[in-house]
This record gives sequence, C-alpha cells and structure tokens, in this order.
Amino acid sequence: MKEDRILLSHGSGGKLSFNLIKKLFLSNFNNPYLKRLDDGAVLNIEGLKLAYTTDSYTVDPLFFKGGNIGELAVYGTVNDLAMCGATPLYLSCSFIIEEGFSLNLLEKIVSSMRAASAIAKVDIVTGDTKVVNKGAADKIFINTSGVGIVKEGVNISGSNAKVGDVVMINGPIGSHGIAVLSEREGLKFETEIKSDTAPLSSLVADMLEVSKDIHVLRDPTRGGLSTSLNEIALSSKVDIEINESDIPIQEEVRAACEILGYDPLYLANEGKLVAFIPSEIAPNMLKKMKKNKYGKESKIIGRVVKKSEGKVYLNTTIGGKRIVDMLTGEQLPRIC
Amino acid sequence: MKYVDEYRNKEIAQKILRQIKGISEKKINLMEVCGTHTVAIFRNGIRKMLPSNINLISGPGCPVCVTPISYVDEIIALSRKEDFIITTFGDMIRVPGSTSTLEKEKTDGADIRIVYSTLDALKIAQDNSSKEVVFMGVGFETTSPTIASAVLKAQKDEINNFSVLSVAKIMPPAMKALLEGKEVNIDGFICPGHVSAIIGSEPYTFIATQYKVPCVICGFEPLDILQGIYMLVKQIEDGRAEVEIQYERAVKPEGNKIALDKINEVFKMVDSDWRGIGNIPLSGLEAKDKYGKFNARKFEVEIEETREPKGCRCGEVLRGVIIPSECPLFRKACSPENPQGACMVSTEGTCAAYYKYN
Repeated sequence: MKEDRILLSHGSGGKLSFNLIKKLFLSNFNNPYLKRLDDGAVLNIEGLKLAYTTDSYTVDPLFFKGGNIGELAVYGTVNDLAMCGATPLYLSCSFIIEEGFSLNLLEKIVSSMRAASAIAKVDIVTGDTKVVNKGAADKIFINTSGVGIVKEGVNISGSNAKVGDVVMINGPIGSHGIAVLSEREGLKFETEIKSDTAPLSSLVADMLEVSKDIHVLRDPTRGGLSTSLNEIALSSKVDIEINESDIPIQEEVRAACEILGYDPLYLANEGKLVAFIPSEIAPNMLKKMKKNKYGKESKIIGRVVKKSEGKVYLNTTIGGKRIVDMLTGEQLPRIC
Repeated sequence: MKYVDEYRNKEIAQKILRQIKGISEKKINLMEVCGTHTVAIFRNGIRKMLPSNINLISGPGCPVCVTPISYVDEIIALSRKEDFIITTFGDMIRVPGSTSTLEKEKTDGADIRIVYSTLDALKIAQDNSSKEVVFMGVGFETTSPTIASAVLKAQKDEINNFSVLSVAKIMPPAMKALLEGKEVNIDGFICPGHVSAIIGSEPYTFIATQYKVPCVICGFEPLDILQGIYMLVKQIEDGRAEVEIQYERAVKPEGNKIALDKINEVFKMVDSDWRGIGNIPLSGLEAKDKYGKFNARKFEVEIEETREPKGCRCGEVLRGVIIPSECPLFRKACSPENPQGACMVSTEGTCAAYYKYN
C-alpha cells in the first residue's frame, strides 16, 4: 500500500518524518543551510553568525506534570538555538486559537511564557494571533521562532561528529514522554513522573566556556535519544556505540516503560541534550556540566567508533550488542 | 530497578553462557513462540552471545502477526458503519488489511480509539450509549481472561452496546501444528511465560510425551531466557523430554484458576485461521451462545475479498521456515514505515525485530 496521505506518524520525529523532510521539503527548498538538517540554521550576515530556528507546539494535554505548552514553546525554541551553539536573544510568537478557548487558560499559558522567557533571558519581540472556527484547530497551537548569536570559533553541527568523540547526555531520559502520555491517557503510576522541560542555553554557555571545540549538540525531543543519535550518525557518516548501563533513566520512567512495552530510547525529552566532544576535554566538560542546574546528572554514554554509513549500536547490560534504529511511526502500546 | 536488575547481571549471564557452551556442541534448534521473547532476545543481543551451534527460531508468537488479513478486513468493514466506535490495543492499527488499515480509516474519519485495557473499551461504551462499541479481541491466553472479564462486566452492568470481534487464540495447538508440519526441525520450545502464567504447564505435556520435544517455560528477562536455554540444552543432552518451568516466580503448574474459569465461562473453543499456518482445529475462542449479544459477528457487514500482498512470505516466517532476510520484500518493498505483512507491523513481529535490531 503506497502512502498518499499524511499520517500521524509523519509528525512523530521518526523515519517517516525524516523521509518527508528529505524528499519533499529539502528537495523543494534546497539550499546549503537547510541541507544540514540541524535544529536551526546558522547564517553568515556581514560577518555576524546568526542562528535562526522555528518550531510549532501542539501538545495534548496543554498542561502536564512539570510543564505546559507555553513553557515548551519558549524553551523548545531556545533549546534549538542553544543546539547551534548560539546565545538565544529574541523570539517571535504566534498563536492559532480555536474559537471558544478559555481566556483564563490563555492567560495562564501567556504568563508562563513570560516567566519562561525571563528564565531563558530572551524577549518575545513580535507576534501574531489567529482565531479559527471551532474544530479547525485543537484548542491552541503556538509557533515560536528565534534568533541568537553564535560566537566566533564555534562550529556545531550534526554533521561534525568525529571518530574518537565521546557522547554525553545531561541527565535521565524519557520523563517528558511518560509525563505527557500518563496525563493524556489517565495512566496512574505510584510516583508522579514530571516532564523535564527546561531551558538549556545556560548549560550550553557553560560548556562553551570549557571549550569551543564542541562538535555536535542536539536535543533529543520527539523520536528520543535513538532518533537523534541516528540522525547524527547519518549526517556525520560515523558509527556510534552507546552503553545501555550508562544511559541514565529514572526508576519510575523505566518501570512505566516496562509496563507499557515502550523503549525509553524513543521517548521524547524537553530538557536534554546530547553532546559530541573530543575525549581529551571530556573530564573538564563533565565537571562543568555537573555544576549547572540542568546538568547535575550528566554522563558519558558512548563514543564514536568509526567512519561508516552511519549506524548506532547499543552494548546491552548483559554483554550483548545490537543495532539501535530510528523510531518508525509512533510507539504503540502492545497487546500482550 | 528492584526485581529487574537482578535478572540483567552481566557476570551471571557470562556464567550461564559458559555452562551452555560446556554441555553441548550439537547443532540445536530452539523455537520461541512468544513475541515478547523474540523482542527480549533481540533487545538484549542474546542471539549473538550464544554459541554458534545454538540456533534460535522465532515462531508464531505475535498475536498481531498470526491474525488473518480477512479479520482486519472484517474490523475495517465494521469501522465504516455509521455510529460504530472501534476500540483496539495500539499495535493493531497499522496492520494492513487487503486494501486499507485502521490507521487509514481513522484518517478518513472512522472513530477508532486505542485503549490500554478492555475495561477502557467498556467505559467508552458506557459514555457513548447511542453508538456501538466494538473491541478487537486479538491475543493469546494472556489477553483472553481480560476480554472475558469485560464481557462479564458488560452483562452484569447491562452495557448492551459493547461487543467483541474475537480472534483470540490458544497457543499449544499451534505448536502441535508446527510439529505436525515437519517443515522445521525443532529440538526444543521456549514456552511463553505470560501465556503459561494463565494456562500452567500441563497443556504442553503432549509435546514432551508424544513428540519427545523438550519444553521450558521462560521468563522475559535476559537471565531468564539464558537459563531457559540452558535447561533446554541440558534436557536434550540428557535425552529427556519434559515440561519444565524456569519462570517459577510467575507460573504455577496448574496456571491461574480464576482467569481460566473466566475464559471457560465466556468462550468456547472453535477452529481458527492462523496467518501463515492455516486453519487449526480448536485453536481459537469465540463467545458462547449465551453471551451472543456481546459477539460482534451479530452485525452484518460486507467484507472485501482477501488480497495477500504479492511476494510476502510472512507465513513462512511465522512457521520458522525462513528468516526475514530470505523474503524478497524484506528491507525493500517491506519496511516498518510501509509494511506489507503483519510481521513487519507489530513491534513483536519477527520481521520488525530483525529489521530494527539486526
């Protein structure tokens, strides 16, 4: 059966999204900036390196444990800029609101955007509002775009991973995915799992203080850690090996995954980054990251092993080894 | 994680592997007949850790995969009826029927909802009393008691707009069919842990006594599986054929009486079509006549003519006759984004596991 329509899976951040971007968007909008398929574009404008990115936020439910759509809309775009190695400066914000949406909720969302932009040290400087007929949108959609400045000497891209680089992450994975899912589906776990929604720009600034020689930064949002690592492996044409026992996961998230048959490697994060850096600067980098509020549980989880077509391997806890593929479609709870 | 990490210990895994290597050099084929085992074996990289004389074959253990195309067509036909809500466990929605999938029907406006429990489906029925709510009864003995419970609750609470389209299946007759088919030489069965927690060990006895094939009921953690493999290899080396339980912390020889009683109360055994294997006598479950009003086959639907995807060798994969890479469509026309057969759709399908982890 050939696909002739857009399915939800096209938006899941996995293989179908990747193919859609490559075959439709990239082939039409083709230019060297877009071709890098990074979280944002780094533009050279009269000697200034300007990072520019955009993202739309649609989340159900709008409010979840540890965050809400407004916070996500600020931090998500701030993080995309940070992943270019940029200092985020200004955001735009546009709302698409369904007729009948509660003004009180809108106020809550906007006030949490104000708080989030203060924390992330960015200003929302331009915007737009559209209201559509009931049913033409699901409650509220938010788009934010952002610009930031990339310092001289910083050259971060998904295609820069080098053999010998170590792979680091700034904390446990998967809590956003489980927090949103449990809120949406009304699943109750003994302990509350909170989303990790957080701005990563201060952490990246700290990291760049240690060294500008960071090769790759990526925030593993939709599609999770495995999808980000696969994208990097493909762009950089390298094989990456990660160690299952080194990947930090909260106990509660692990338990929820065991129950639902989910693989935490594919769960969304909203306050995590993976960094590829030369091994010699890793000890200092780790020390610095652990001092930042959002990097306390930073860890080395793997390394780049060789030049190749771009595969990701997992050394399993019991001593086996297997491939880690991109997410295909949305993760679905299993039958038995 | 407590109660889990103990079963993922590297040193113990290495020790069991050495023991397996120490007791046999024979070429041994072991078949797992549970999709959760298939995935656990791949996710932990167990296949490559085993000595080369031990070959693991994946059998018909994924409920999604053994569901015939005609059933998917049947549920799609129901989903197109006005005022019908189809409720299903998540992994069925992408399974291709002859010309469509539930995912596509949903895109076209059918009301299809993923549930985590049969009781969620009942709740949907209660909340939508003007609509018919049909639950897709797909699964093995592990799922059947929960379907039976939902039917019993519907009866008690008089929820008359709830029904089940059942293709629930029973595992041991399929194992018998594979042995009778003699296409694959099976030296031992890794028996399913969840299914056996319900049915116990007795239903496998005929495999050991009549067919002289050892059986070990295994848990799902890597050490469970390795120990189970060790127990099977040991039986083979000792010349024994017995049903042993490795997964003692969950499986009792007599099974779970409460669950079995519920199955027996609601369901009767019927002949059932298994994708790739064909019709197996008394291998399926359908609501007894006294629960007929909860049987979705009471609705009239026109089901399209079954069309198998050309070149798809899911059937042989399910019987363990070929491995996925021997199918001409594998990784070419057939991938998880564009699956031709069910074995590529379900996360527990053999083709999906080979694609994803190998």
